[in-house]
Amino acid sequence: MAYGEKVLDHYENPRNVGKFDQSESNIGTGMVGAPACGDVMRLQIKVNDDGVIEDAVFKTYGCGSAIASSSLLTEWVKGKTLDEAKAIKNTELAEELALPPVKIHCSVLAEDAINAAVEDYRKKNA
Amino acid sequence: MNDKTNRPIYLDYSATTPIDERVVAEMIKYMGPEATFGNPASRSHSYGWTAEAATEDARQHVADLVGADPREIVFTSGATESDNLAIKGSAHFNQKRGKHIITCKTEHKAVLDSCRQLEREGYEVTYLDPEKNGLVDLEKLKAAMRDDTTLVSIMHVNNEIGVIQDIEAIGNACRERKIIFHVDAAQSAGKVPIDLANLPVDLMSFSAHKIYGPKGMGALYVQRKPRIRLEAQMHGGGHERGMRSGTLATHQIVGMGEAFRIAKQEMAMENERLINLRNQLWDGLKDMEEVYINGDFEQRVAGNLNISFNYVEGESLLMALKDLAISSGSACTSASLEPSYVLRALGRNDELAHSSIRFSMGRYTTSTDIETTIAHVRSAVEKLRDLSPLWDMFKDGIDIDSIEWAAH
Ligand SMILES: Cc1ncc(COP(=O)(O)O)c(C=O)c1O
Repeated sequence: MAYGEKVLDHYENPRNVGKFDQSESNIGTGMVGAPACGDVMRLQIKVNDDGVIEDAVFKTYGCGSAIASSSLLTEWVKGKTLDEAKAIKNTELAEELALPPVKIHCSVLAEDAINAAVEDYRKKNA
Repeated sequence: MNDKTNRPIYLDYSATTPIDERVVAEMIKYMGPEATFGNPASRSHSYGWTAEAATEDARQHVADLVGADPREIVFTSGATESDNLAIKGSAHFNQKRGKHIITCKTEHKAVLDSCRQLEREGYEVTYLDPEKNGLVDLEKLKAAMRDDTTLVSIMHVNNEIGVIQDIEAIGNACRERKIIFHVDAAQSAGKVPIDLANLPVDLMSFSAHKIYGPKGMGALYVQRKPRIRLEAQMHGGGHERGMRSGTLATHQIVGMGEAFRIAKQEMAMENERLINLRNQLWDGLKDMEEVYINGDFEQRVAGNLNISFNYVEGESLLMALKDLAISSGSACTSASLEPSYVLRALGRNDELAHSSIRFSMGRYTTSTDIETTIAHVRSAVEKLRDLSPLWDMFKDGIDIDSIEWAAH
């Protein structure tokens, strides 16, 4: 399979790889996917007192497109409010990365990941 | 990268091999207006006679490698066609005796899909589970045999994991029950000694392009004594004793003959070299954490090593290893997102199936290639594990199977 330039760039130089302490109250963690399906994404956001995402990190087990989708997402959510982050659509990620049809599910997974992370944060801070 | 060609290092010899220069030299003699271009079936002039002499020489070479009589060799377009002809041809011919067939879940798609077609036609097929090491358990095979079983089809060497089945023992069990035994030997001819004069095998499929011959060329061994009969799948001019019509592809056949002739001469030496390369590769990787060999290590063809790098996904690993030409799972199925059905049949869990890489070495692989490969693989696996949440969890001592994953 041939990969697009942007996928290759994120794959070779993934942004914001890392891990936050899940137990801290200002951290939201979303872990989605399943090993059996060949992709698992963990996306974490650090939220400040104004409800703005100050920092984001990820780790992904999956194909190059899954890695690129989550890497790009961490760039996009930084500086956004929780609602703004939740409004990011998988189609925008897919378009930016020029994902082929068989890889659209990777961007869907990334959208699921940010939604799960926001929900996790809100549940903790409810 | 290979320094000389500036192309990735080729470690996918199980998918296909380049045509040996010596084979190319023979084939060219049968192409072009000055060449021996006649139709081997033309009886009325020397163009035909010389072409026929060439195909019959080649038939002898093919037969010689596997201990067969040249009259037992039917030329086809490849192992796919040979498998189809063997399975559908014998099932159809013997349908009055019974409509039950036995095969194994790790067979090549050419065998499995021929069986699926027969199921659509009203046959019953038993798909045996292999043992964890990829080998068929003889007792389980015997237990599956029924009075209406007419055919057992078990491959010699598996294309993904390289394990060698004990076809002699399986064949003897078939003989006891008077069941026809077909063996797909696409991956074993020229790599494992085969002596059909003494093996209890009735039908055997061969492919030229797996042993340095041309693509689109193969053969089916059809035993003469006792005679095995097949219903033709390709009808026409009655070539190949009526079993496979179509003008003989002289240059292709000559190429296959030369490839088989060379294989007979060089197999022993080549295997020794390949075992050394395989050991070099495994020695360079085995101290890494969480790496697993798929398939039996001892009962394995010389050039194959199939390894799972746990917690790393195969497709991304291939992407990181773009300087190596390797495959994850079978080359035929890597276009889909399914993990390898062969590894699943061994009972490997999905993560391990998703993280498998097949390295297959061959005639032109060097020790320097392997050295480079080891370095690339180690750094790619390390990089991807740093990116893998599953690796984090493993390192934190979390049991991944204890988590309820949402399948998607
Ligand atoms: C075990 C096995 N059987 C059959 C085939 C098909 O052979 P061919 O490409 O000659 O049709 C292959 C190769 O892909 C194979 O590895």
